[in-house]
Amino acid sequence: MAVTAWEVVIGCEIHVQLATQSKIFSGAATAFGAAPNTQACAVDLGLPGVLPVLNGEAVRLAVKFGLAIDAHIEPHAVFARKNYFYPDLPKGYQISQLERPIVGAGHVDILLEEGVRKRIGITRAHLEEDAGKSLHEDFHGMTGIDLNRAGTPLLEIVSEPDLRSAAEAAAYMRKIHQLVRYLGISDGNMQEGSFRCDANVSVRPLGQAELGTRAEIKNINSFRFVEQAVNYEVERQIALLESGGRVVQETRLYDPDRGETRSMRSKEEANDYRYFPDPDLLPLAIDANFIEAVRATLPELPEARCQRFIQELGLLEYDANTLTASRPLADYFEAVCAAAKCDAKLCANWVMGTLSAALNRDAISVESSPVSAEALAELLRRIADHTISGKIAKQVFDLMWQGEGRADAIIADRGLQQITDNSALEAMIATTIDAYPQQRDEYRAGKEKLFGFFVGQVMKQTKGQANPALVNEILTIKLKG
Amino acid sequence: MIFQRNLGEHAAALRAGEYSSVELTQHYLERISRYDRRLNSFITLCADQALAQAAAADTLLATDAAQTMPLLGIPFAHKDLFCTQGLRTSSGSKMLDTFISPYDATVVEKLAQAGMVMLGKTNMDEFAMGSSNETSFYGPVRNPWQTERVPGGSSGGSAAAVAARLVPAATGTDTGGSIRQPAALCGITGLKPTYGSVSRYGMIAFASSLDQAGPMAPAAADCAQLLQAMAGFDARDSTSLQREVPDYSATLHTPLNGVRIGLPKEYFGEGLESGVALQVEAALKLLVAAGATLVDISLPNTALAVPAYYVVAPAECSSNLSRMDGVRFGHRCKNPVDLEDLYKRSRGEGFGAEVKRRIMIGTYVLSAGYYDAYYLKAQRVRQLICDDFRHAFTMVDVIAGPTSPTTAFKLGDKADDPVTMYLSDIYTIAANLAGLPGISLPAGFSDGLPVGLQLVGNYFSEGQLLQLGHQLQQQSDWHLQLPEEYLAWQ
Repeated sequence: MAVTAWEVVIGCEIHVQLATQSKIFSGAATAFGAAPNTQACAVDLGLPGVLPVLNGEAVRLAVKFGLAIDAHIEPHAVFARKNYFYPDLPKGYQISQLERPIVGAGHVDILLEEGVRKRIGITRAHLEEDAGKSLHEDFHGMTGIDLNRAGTPLLEIVSEPDLRSAAEAAAYMRKIHQLVRYLGISDGNMQEGSFRCDANVSVRPLGQAELGTRAEIKNINSFRFVEQAVNYEVERQIALLESGGRVVQETRLYDPDRGETRSMRSKEEANDYRYFPDPDLLPLAIDANFIEAVRATLPELPEARCQRFIQELGLLEYDANTLTASRPLADYFEAVCAAAKCDAKLCANWVMGTLSAALNRDAISVESSPVSAEALAELLRRIADHTISGKIAKQVFDLMWQGEGRADAIIADRGLQQITDNSALEAMIATTIDAYPQQRDEYRAGKEKLFGFFVGQVMKQTKGQANPALVNEILTIKLKG
Repeated sequence: MIFQRNLGEHAAALRAGEYSSVELTQHYLERISRYDRRLNSFITLCADQALAQAAAADTLLATDAAQTMPLLGIPFAHKDLFCTQGLRTSSGSKMLDTFISPYDATVVEKLAQAGMVMLGKTNMDEFAMGSSNETSFYGPVRNPWQTERVPGGSSGGSAAAVAARLVPAATGTDTGGSIRQPAALCGITGLKPTYGSVSRYGMIAFASSLDQAGPMAPAAADCAQLLQAMAGFDARDSTSLQREVPDYSATLHTPLNGVRIGLPKEYFGEGLESGVALQVEAALKLLVAAGATLVDISLPNTALAVPAYYVVAPAECSSNLSRMDGVRFGHRCKNPVDLEDLYKRSRGEGFGAEVKRRIMIGTYVLSAGYYDAYYLKAQRVRQLICDDFRHAFTMVDVIAGPTSPTTAFKLGDKADDPVTMYLSDIYTIAANLAGLPGISLPAGFSDGLPVGLQLVGNYFSEGQLLQLGHQLQQQSDWHLQLPEEYLAWQ
């Protein structure tokens, strides 16, 4: 049977490390990068006799996420034990959730390239503890175990199989990343493993109702890799099916160096996790008061902010989307607008243009920009009130970026104000015209293109500080003779 | 005789200067060294630490602080599944033979704060799994009444030590009868409190939803005092009850007028030894004489308790014991070739047969395809058993019956027949499944062996159970008796 078209079906499980000070079931700290096993207490080590006590902050952050995706919050969430043996899993089971996860069904909208919005269902999000780390190098055939990460709170966000391409999977991953950063529930740091994605990928002939056999690609930690991994996997599965083979259900790993996925273990080798409700933890009662208290702490979400930028500030949708991509960028932009009290479009152009370019060039996050929102606003005010031109403003910005001071000081110290004194400008323009009699005569004879030549000469004389509108006006009069 | 004194009498004598805590400690240590070689009721002794604690207690006894510390300076022992900082905590297993806990269990902390002097850690069935103390890695404990017989289990070491007056009191834990059954078989008083009354933090878990620590001592009044120091909310145990601790001794002297005692017909049927039945009836007569009335009742789902228990408890233990993997503490096999070898041999060598049996049962009932048929069904049975009790407590205040269907059996008699062994907990298990408090009280002797009367009360009725016990003990001296040979050394 020749199949002309294949449909790709993807569902994602994203593990988000929650930004709590202490672990989900113990009082040990969660900070990244400490010396091995210095942030593991008796509970994290799984010593005989220890018991878990749920961290209320982890619950609050999970509920916050649930409210942001318009999900049902489970009033009696249940923690379950997922049993398996591994050296970096101290208790021989992971405390997770199976039935009655804290966050039920919800959804997010992703924006596709053609500007189309697509709604992606979220099946559930549940709380669980992270495992420790096994270190296979430097131990001469032995394995080192670092339990600092053991017990770190994770929120596992499970999507419906609603994604239809690698690009959609990447857009979804970006969306969740944006959301958890907006909500302040995770630092989203992918290098440190605070945000990682498992993608369940399958293909089926277009129009077929039942899903194809899926492969799960584990632990993808970048937006670029998710796209590459899914594309590779889709091609692999299609090639397999078209050559008469079949896809086996298995877990695969993406190797970014070789750009391919590799089999890790098949379904037959998979563990029977023997989930059962953890008898050390009673069902978690979450009442309406708690939910409303959390709701009151929700920030303005990206979609709402984007709409506000369009409607209240008159930005284009593309610009509004760009500026709301991350909360720090949107916060910065709003701070510039508030301080500059000038055209929001001017502010938007500068934040997306000159500022973002400088940030990218020097690999600096907007939070640690050397030019503060207030400082940029001061500069933009000087453009708005015609003290300087946009072109001069870019020079001033570069000086500010290099730490030369505030805009007003730089303009004053270096005499960069526009020349707006009519008589001085008139005299200078008259002298300039006289200096080029040939061009003047040709212009007067009808070669109007030479107007630009005179503007250039005047600007050169004034080092660009002449008000361009004024220069035009005076030149027009003087050249006519 | 000093060793026959109860906790209250020791407290008075310590304050009167009749003897010091150090002298009292030395007295009991001497008894242990004299008698325990035969009984094997201790796994670990800590004489030096005990004498230091006693010396500190003697200093405090001279101050005002002593007034609010009724247990100050009194020796006792902990079952060896309470974690004790700096001291081996084995849980009766080879697996933890080398485990020195870096922290104290909450109960250990509390009794230390009460000023009690810990003499050592008592023997027990491995990981509290057993009803005869024969599964201990450290060898069986013997019943002081007849040393060819078992003391019961799993808190057999604590029961035997108290029965022989090697300590005036001890702690125990009860998952399916592990305080009450050995208390009955050794002729002492043992109380399992309402689930959540005593913190489980630092207690090596057997079955988390059933485990509960409690006091073991000759008399109900002693148990009331010890429980007072053990109980209370603990933020480190999420199943701990946020509830004010009542004064457990407050109602000991209240007469029993109007107290209704329910006698479930299911507790007096097949399998009950006639000698045990006779003694239980004799004890009940004394309670009636003290003002209680007897009411016939039924707990129709009683027969389901043992099968439900032997699904729930193994399921939880199979998971609880996974941390014993040879990686971070405890027994590790020699020269493992790879990870699987490390796990298999460490656990294969570290665990005894009964523990392995329960891990296998538990793993089975939680497996895909069996979970609904076993684990979920057992949880539904558990609910039925709770409903039986709830219904019964609309008609009666407490429920009475034998603690164990038989008196102490001989070592080895049931060791090869787990099902018969499991049935020796038939009367005690339901209280654990329902989370209810239960007490076993000395009820005389059958062929020279102690018989226990069990009372099960409604939630938080420990005060009433202790009241009934104390009132019974005002009418009888069964709790004061001990085998002749242990009277020899004074």
